[in-house]
Amino acid sequence: MEIVVLLKQVPDTESMISVADDGVSIKTVDLKWVINPYDEFAVEEALQIRDADSGKVTILTVGSDKATAAIRTALAMGADEGVLINDPAIEGCDGLGIARILAAALKDIPYDLIIAGQRAVDDDNFLVGTAVAEYLGIPNISMVNKQEIADGKIKCRQTIEGGTVVLEAPLPALFTTQRGLNEPRYASLPGIMKAKKKPLATKTLADIGLDASAVADPGAKIVSMQPPPARQGGRIIEGETAQEKVTELVKLLSEEAKVV
Amino acid sequence: MSVLAIAEQRDGEFRKVTYEALSEGRRIADELGTDLAAVVLGSGVEGAAGDLGKYGADKVLVADNPALVEYLTDLYTNVVAGVIEKEAPDVVVLGASTQGKDLATRVTARLNAGLAMDCVAVKVEGGNVIATRPIYGGKVLADVALNGKPQIVAIRPNAMSIAETAKAGTVEKIEVDPGDGRLQFVEKKLETEKVELTEADVIVSGGRGMGGTDYTLVEQLADLLGGAVGASRSAVDEGWRPHSDQVGQTGKVVSPNLYIACGISGAIQHLAGMSSSKVIVAINKDPDAPIFSKADYGIVGDLFEIVPLLTEEVKKIKG
Ligand SMILES: Cc1cc2nc3c(=O)[nH]c(=O)nc-3n(C[C@H](O)[C@H](O)[C@H](O)COP(=O)(O)OP(=O)(O)OC[C@H]3O[C@@H](n4cnc5c(N)ncnc54)[C@H](O)[C@@H]3O)c2cc1C
Ligand SMILES: Nc1ncnc2c1ncn2[C@@H]1O[C@H](COP(=O)(O)O)[C@@H](O)[C@H]1O
Repeated sequence: MEIVVLLKQVPDTESMISVADDGVSIKTVDLKWVINPYDEFAVEEALQIRDADSGKVTILTVGSDKATAAIRTALAMGADEGVLINDPAIEGCDGLGIARILAAALKDIPYDLIIAGQRAVDDDNFLVGTAVAEYLGIPNISMVNKQEIADGKIKCRQTIEGGTVVLEAPLPALFTTQRGLNEPRYASLPGIMKAKKKPLATKTLADIGLDASAVADPGAKIVSMQPPPARQGGRIIEGETAQEKVTELVKLLSEEAKVV
Repeated sequence: MSVLAIAEQRDGEFRKVTYEALSEGRRIADELGTDLAAVVLGSGVEGAAGDLGKYGADKVLVADNPALVEYLTDLYTNVVAGVIEKEAPDVVVLGASTQGKDLATRVTARLNAGLAMDCVAVKVEGGNVIATRPIYGGKVLADVALNGKPQIVAIRPNAMSIAETAKAGTVEKIEVDPGDGRLQFVEKKLETEKVELTEADVIVSGGRGMGGTDYTLVEQLADLLGGAVGASRSAVDEGWRPHSDQVGQTGKVVSPNLYIACGISGAIQHLAGMSSSKVIVAINKDPDAPIFSKADYGIVGDLFEIVPLLTEEVKKIKG
C-alpha cells in the first residue's frame, strides 16, 4: 500500500498569536513550529496501515525551508520519504492554491491512499484535503475516527453533528482525520537517527510542472486581520456563602446578561 | 445579481444552520438588491421545502431524487455544481457543518470559485463579499475578500442570527442528474437525545476538576438549560468524556449564548475554542485560574458545592 500524508507545519497551539505590522499576517518571531496536530493523527494512521500490510509512507508538504523540521519529525516517527514543495510563488496562496500544488505534486508520487488533517490549526480552512481529492478526481471522506481497509476498499466512520456515518469508497481515496482515530507515537531516539538518512526531496513549482500563474490569483485573499474583541473578563462574584454567590450569579444571568 | 442558499436537511428536517444560512443569504440579497433562491437536496423533501419562504427565500428549488436520500459528496457536488451553473448566482451561502464544509470545498474546487470557510460575519463591498473568519483557533479574526464566481461563504453554525422574513417561497421541482458516485453509504448512527455542541445555545463544560467520570452535576444543569455538555481535553484524555465533547483549538469551536466552565483552568487551547461565546461563566476553586480573565462572571469555589446550588437556583427562576 502506497500512502501519502499531507502534512503542514503550524505554530504550536500554546502560542500567543498577534497581528504583524502589515495587518494581513501574524508575527512569527518567537513562534515554535510543530506538525499540525490533525496531521500527526494522519502520520500515525499511515504507519499503522503500512505496518499491518506493507508498502511505503510518503510525507508531502508545501512550505518553506523550516518545514523540513516537521517532515524530519514524521520520518523519525517512521515514515519512509519526504517531499517538500518550496517556491516563492507559494506566498499569498489561498487554501485552494495549496491544494492545486499538492495535487500537481501527487502526479509524480504513486498512491493508493492519501490521508490529510481535517483542518490545519493555523488557517482553519477545513478544505485542503477535500480539494486535493476533487482535483485528483478521487473520493474523499472527511472527519474520520475509524477506518478499515479490505479488498481494495476503505470503510470509514465519519463524525457528523450528533452522530456518525459509515461510508465506503474504492481505493485510491483520501480521508481526513478526526480526534479519536489513534494516539500518535513519539519519535524515538533511534527513529531520529534513522530519519537523518531517509530521502527528503525539495521541489519547486516548475519541478512539478506547475506554472506560478496557476496559483497567483487567490479566490480568497486576506485583506485585514485583527485580534478578537477583548472580553471584559475578571468579574468575580463575591458573597459570604456559596448560596449568596450563586443567588447573585443567577440574578445577573437573568436580569443583566438575559441568558437564562 | 442573485444569491443562492443551500439548505441542509437530515431525514427530512432542516438543520438549524439552514435557517441561519437563509437569513444571512436574505440579508446579502437585500444589500445587493436582488432575489434569494434556496436549493434543497434529498428524497421526499418537497413537503418541507415551502417552509423556507419564511426565512426569506423568494423561490425554493427542490432536487428530489432517491439517490440523494443520504448525503454523498460526489452526488451532491454534481447536483449543486449543476444548479449553480444554471442559476448563475453571484453569492452562495451554506452552513459550515461537516457536510457543508465538504460540499462547499468540492463545489468551489470544481467551479474554480472563491470560498470563505467557517465565517462569523459577512458584508458586501462593491459587489464583492468580505467574510470574517476566525483563524488560529479564534486567536485572530481575518477579513477575507472573495473573487471569482460565485463567491461561496460557508457560515459557522450558531454564529449568525435567524431572521424570519416572509417571502413567496415558491417551490419549483427541478430535474437533476446526480450521476454516478464511488462513495457508498453504509450506515448512520445518531444520538438523538443529545444536543449537538456546535448548535447548542447553552454549554456546561467540565474539566479535570470534575475528578472522574461522574458528570451528573453538569448534565443536570445542562438539561435544565436545554443545553449540551462539553469537556476540556484533559477530561477527554482521562477517558471521562467522548472525543466529540472536546471544546478547544483541536476540538470543537463553539459560540453558545452561555458557556459555563466548571473545573477548567482556561488553557490557551481551551480558550481559543470557546471565547466567542456570548456570556462566559467560570466556576473554579483557584482564584488565579486563567479562565477568570475571560469569564464575564466568575465564582471562586468548589464546583461540587456551587453547581448543585446553581441548578436549584435556576430551577426557581424557571418556575
Ligand atoms: C496540541 C495540544 C492541543 C490541545 N488542544 C486542547 C483543546 O482543544 N481543548 C482543551 O481543552 N485543551 C487542549 N489542550 C490541553 C490544554 O493545554 C490543557 O492541558 C487542558 O485544557 C487543561 O484541562 P483542564 O482545564 O480541565 O485541566 P487543568 O488545567 O488541570 O485544570 C483543572 C482546573 O480545575 C480546578 N478544580 C479542581 N478541582 C475543583 C473543584 N472541586 N471545584 C472547582 N474547581 C476545581 C483547578 O483549580 C484547575 O484550575 C491541548 C494541548 C495540546 C498540547
Ligand atoms: N501547506 C500544506 N502542505 C501539506 N499539506 C497541507 C498544507 N496545508 C494544508 N494541508 C493539509 O490539509 C489539511 C487541512 O488544512 P486546511 O484546509 O488548511 O485547514 C491539513 O491538515 C493538511 O493535511
